[in-house]
Amino acid sequence: MSVRMRIVGFCCNYCGYASADLAGLNHMEYSPDVMIIRLPCSGRVDVLHILRAFREGADAVFVAGCLEGNCNYEYGNIEAKKRVEYTKRILSEIGIGGERVEMFNVASNMAWKFKEIVDEMVSRVEKIGPSPLKKVTA
Amino acid sequence: MIIAEQKPLKEIIKNLEGHRKILVAGCRSCVAICLAGGEKEVGIIAESLRLYSDMHDHLWEVDEITVERQCEKEWVKEIKKIVEGKDAILSMACGVGAQVMQEIYPDIRVVPGLNTSNMGAPEEQGIWREKCAGCGDCVLHLTGGICPIARCSKSLLNGPCGGSQNGRCEVNPETTPCAWDQIYHSLKRLGKLELMEQIIPPKNWITSHSGGPRRIVKQEAILTAEEKAAKGGLE
Amino acid sequence: MKAGSNLEKVLEAGHFAVTVEIGPPKSANPESVRHHARMLKGYADAFNLTDNQTAIVRLSSLASAVICLQEGVEPVMQMTCRDRNRIALQSDLLGASALGIKNVLCLTGDHQTFGNEKGAKNVYDIDSIQELLIFKKMRDEKKICGGEELEEAPKVFLGAAENPFADPFEFRVTRLAKKVNAGADFIQTQAIYDMERFEKWMEGVRERGLDKKVHILAGVIPLKSVGAARYMKNKVSGMIVPDSIIDRMRKAKDPKAEGVKICIEQIEYLKTVKGVHGVHIMAIAWEEIVPEIVKQAGLYPRPSV
Repeated sequence: MSVRMRIVGFCCNYCGYASADLAGLNHMEYSPDVMIIRLPCSGRVDVLHILRAFREGADAVFVAGCLEGNCNYEYGNIEAKKRVEYTKRILSEIGIGGERVEMFNVASNMAWKFKEIVDEMVSRVEKIGPSPLKKVTA
Repeated sequence: MIIAEQKPLKEIIKNLEGHRKILVAGCRSCVAICLAGGEKEVGIIAESLRLYSDMHDHLWEVDEITVERQCEKEWVKEIKKIVEGKDAILSMACGVGAQVMQEIYPDIRVVPGLNTSNMGAPEEQGIWREKCAGCGDCVLHLTGGICPIARCSKSLLNGPCGGSQNGRCEVNPETTPCAWDQIYHSLKRLGKLELMEQIIPPKNWITSHSGGPRRIVKQEAILTAEEKAAKGGLE
Repeated sequence: MKAGSNLEKVLEAGHFAVTVEIGPPKSANPESVRHHARMLKGYADAFNLTDNQTAIVRLSSLASAVICLQEGVEPVMQMTCRDRNRIALQSDLLGASALGIKNVLCLTGDHQTFGNEKGAKNVYDIDSIQELLIFKKMRDEKKICGGEELEEAPKVFLGAAENPFADPFEFRVTRLAKKVNAGADFIQTQAIYDMERFEKWMEGVRERGLDKKVHILAGVIPLKSVGAARYMKNKVSGMIVPDSIIDRMRKAKDPKAEGVKICIEQIEYLKTVKGVHGVHIMAIAWEEIVPEIVKQAGLYPRPSV
């Protein structure tokens, strides 16, 4: 019964996405269950995007932006962090669980960190189980 | 403008239980500016409700719409088509908008999505402060442009109470300045400190809510019977 | 004589007056007020009965004042604007006067969020200055606030509170002047620990000649412990407790005795301040210490006028 989990990663073009790219070039192994969505900046992510990802069947969502102080657009990553916090509250109130969404900061050369992020989200889902929504949508 | 904040999602959900076809209706006026019930917030709330419905097999149908001003019936009437067939409207407008919505659609249950708080202004992004209590008899000319009715915890009219300390109000010292301390300094700047010496007599609250729900009439704006008849077709 | 109360007579005769605060209980039982009235009889010219102080629900000041009358001691009934509008305040004043209460202290009242009914709707229809204005009009013009004539005017000696330590400091003398103009016959101040600042305030009071128009009774609170001193410094807004006093309390072998000693020193000092016509002792939940303080401060026995 190996139902594959689905993890959505909203990745900033400059850091999150670049680090994933580098991880690939370095043949680093991470879960194939992660679906990466490339954004011009983590600041582009909206509460609505994250909620929709869950409605579409995600078990967990992460946002990977640049290191704080290093955003290409000054503070897009700070905005993203606030929105992730807000989404956590909504998910907790609905009963999906705020821990299913997380904000990470990563630099473009930190391929290992990208792998860590995916591992972290995978282990969270392993621990708390698949999204309660799947009962309905599966 | 009118300042409101969203009700806790859990409360909204509880109040919607038992309904199925739900319209989340926002307002582009005050509550959009205070980030409580504009198009953006409507989108988030609607999606949250859909998620909740999916989780609990509620089969809720959640639609969303945001009108220009929910407090004006003309705008509210415009959404008639989308309202039809709904069995609940979650009004993301202020208490005024929610009531107008209910008036226009008396057979559909209107559930408030916001807690309407006060008449205020943004202090900085994300922070709003009460400025006016709508007492119907403005005293700002006596108080250096700062309202003691709305901004003093005790609505005092004759200067700060004994709890004014370092310019802060004792009720919420961390967040609230003492209005009378502000008034004092404003009058000082304006060279009108003598106003602080005057005793302001007991206020006539008849113009406030104490006189009953208020109704403002601007005679010259009221349409005559002829004008109403001529405009009738337009409505 | 405006009301002919004992307090008024003592002050008018030029004696250094003593008033003492009695806190009504959180109870329907009158015994604690009765007990304190009996115990303190003769140690003050009048006794303040607080009106749901710090917004804590307690036996009403009106009922407590009547209990004091029954025990033969003179009450000062405190009346705040927090819980009653002008209808209730005027009605209670008539009632108080009818029952023989001759001193009233007009207060705005602590905000309800400090008490045990935080969700209460406050009133604040009028403020303490307007309360004085209304009560004076009732007494002197036999008219209620709205202008209607009274058959019989209430005979009351009107008091107000003042806090010399609140901000803006420059306005505090003006505020006193407003209270005097509104009709205050006597003033009871917030507890005074910072004598320097009090002196500065009194200077302003004398400059405007207010000490000639109103009787100022300076407030004192005997400290029971260093904790109480710290609490007052940090938690009670509008209260300045100098570090020197906290130090004394901290180092004292017997803090209670030290507290009494400090209080007596304060009274001795206040007696020398020009324009101060008496002291107001607020021994919060420590009423039994009052006789000792009054005696040792050389204020016993009280003059009979």
